[in-house]
Amino acid sequence: MLLIECPWCGPRAESEYRCGGESPIVRPADPAATDDAAWADYLFYRDNVKGLSFERWHHRFGCGLWFNIARDTVSHRILAIYGITDPRPVLGPGA
Amino acid sequence: MTRYSAWSLVRAGFAGQRTWGPAWRDATPRKRYQAIIIGGGGHGLATAYYLASRHGIRDIAVLERGWIGGGNTGRNTTVIRSNYFYPESSRFYDFSLTLYEGLSRELNYNIMFSQRGMWSFAHDRHGVEMLRRSVNAMRLNGVDAEYHEADEVQRRIPGLNPSPRFPILAGLLQPRGGTARHDAVAWGYARAADSLGVDIIQNCDVTGFDIRGGRIVGVQTTQGDIAAECVGMAVAGHSSVMAERAGFRLPIISYALQAFVSEPLKPVFDTVVLAPSTGTYLSQSDKGELVIGSGLDLFPSYAQRGSLPVLEHTAAGLIDLFPQFSRVRLLRQWAGIVDVVADSTPILGESPVKGLYLNCGWGTGGFKAIPGGGFCLAHHMATGEAHPLAAAFSLDRFRTGALIDEAAASGIAH
Ligand SMILES: Cc1cc2nc3c(=O)[nH]c(=O)nc-3n(C[C@H](O)[C@H](O)[C@H](O)COP(=O)(O)OP(=O)(O)OC[C@H]3O[C@@H](n4cnc5c(N)ncnc54)[C@H](O)[C@@H]3O)c2cc1C
Ligand SMILES: [Zn+2]
Repeated sequence: MLLIECPWCGPRAESEYRCGGESPIVRPADPAATDDAAWADYLFYRDNVKGLSFERWHHRFGCGLWFNIARDTVSHRILAIYGITDPRPVLGPGA
Repeated sequence: MTRYSAWSLVRAGFAGQRTWGPAWRDATPRKRYQAIIIGGGGHGLATAYYLASRHGIRDIAVLERGWIGGGNTGRNTTVIRSNYFYPESSRFYDFSLTLYEGLSRELNYNIMFSQRGMWSFAHDRHGVEMLRRSVNAMRLNGVDAEYHEADEVQRRIPGLNPSPRFPILAGLLQPRGGTARHDAVAWGYARAADSLGVDIIQNCDVTGFDIRGGRIVGVQTTQGDIAAECVGMAVAGHSSVMAERAGFRLPIISYALQAFVSEPLKPVFDTVVLAPSTGTYLSQSDKGELVIGSGLDLFPSYAQRGSLPVLEHTAAGLIDLFPQFSRVRLLRQWAGIVDVVADSTPILGESPVKGLYLNCGWGTGGFKAIPGGGFCLAHHMATGEAHPLAAAFSLDRFRTGALIDEAAASGIAH
């Protein structure tokens, strides 16, 4: 069970949240000028990292806030929690 | 290699069962092979076997990081079925099921395939309509399927709760569906491939690729560099990790999928059941354990263990269907890392690197696909052309938009 610290509500159980996948995923600015391969890349292709991963979470059965988490996908340790529009934090090797 | 038969059993019996040799050689890698398969799960081993048996290519190594069958193949709940919606999937999975039907004989290895039938339920009016649609689609695609009303479902399934929280209004039965022994599938393919000259190399982690001019020429491993003319990759949840080492990305997300077994019971349950209301499914193994599964832990994971909320949800779902199991104890809980794609359809065929072939994207349902997946990948590697049954499963479909959206269509977990 993950204990996730919602920036608004504080620590709550994993079952109150929904994971929204890798973050940030930026929609191509000009879809008409984006070829099929780049569009597929945007829609479907992911880094799917084993280790340090950056992802969006949604406090679905809580306050409804979207925010970002830096998490290790092997140990499930949460290394940083940051705002939905904030840049990815730089995490040192000891993080 | 000893041929297994009633006679060989009796003969070994007179010798106190002490005469059995190993079922495959523990090979050490050579410097070069015609073909290398990365991943000693069912798909990798089946690919090697069909390359050797159908295409006469015997200069093959299967490289497995741990022990063969230690990935999802040895962790799955062994349900085999072909109740898909689209023609492409139906054709492929039904072909795979057909190969399963003859597999014990073909491999001379008892994979204990038991066609006890597989049920899925409808719990509301919309569910009933979807179920009828599924039955019709399956029949149109030439796959066996039966639609049954509630009373027939209750009559046929032993011990089913007559009034669960989510009522059971109808059931879809695929009579040819069933279960098999998962380890035996890996071991049977390994033994048969080995006897045709395939080297099975365990504890051999593939750490990198040798790529020259966009073409694969070999792999780097913890047991040294090995050259190859072509390489097939069947590493399930680790596909993205391997792709990164080869310089490309995949449309895959890795999740943990859990399963549970109870303490062994006398035979009490002679079929396979899936309840979409809770995602719970159940069968009973030949050892007597109840084999229980449900949905994914819905966040990316490379940890082969599951989270408690899913365990709790699954247990609740099981007890709703079969209240009499409430005091049965679970013996083990575990998870495997599955390779999920947006349309729940596999990726089989070419990768962006020439000579490197993909077999992945099976998600939560690739055990049933092992014979078919191995067969089609072997065809592609040997002939350079996609097998007609797998041509629609190319990676390129994500660019062209020709997705086969079973995730939405067949309305069940895969
Ligand atoms: C709990 C659970 C229940 C399931 N239930 C069902 C079911 O009822 N029916 C069904 O059809 N499917 C089911 N599945 C899905 C099914 O198990 C998989 O789709 C299938 O086993 C995949 O086979 P595979 O050979 O591709 O992968 P695996 O068996 O996982 O084999 C991949 C192998 O690659 C190896 N590998 C990884 N990286 C490297 C490397 N760098 N170098 C060398 N080797 C490497 C791994 O060690 C592993 O042994 C279930 C899965 C799980 C986890
Ligand atoms: Zn909150």
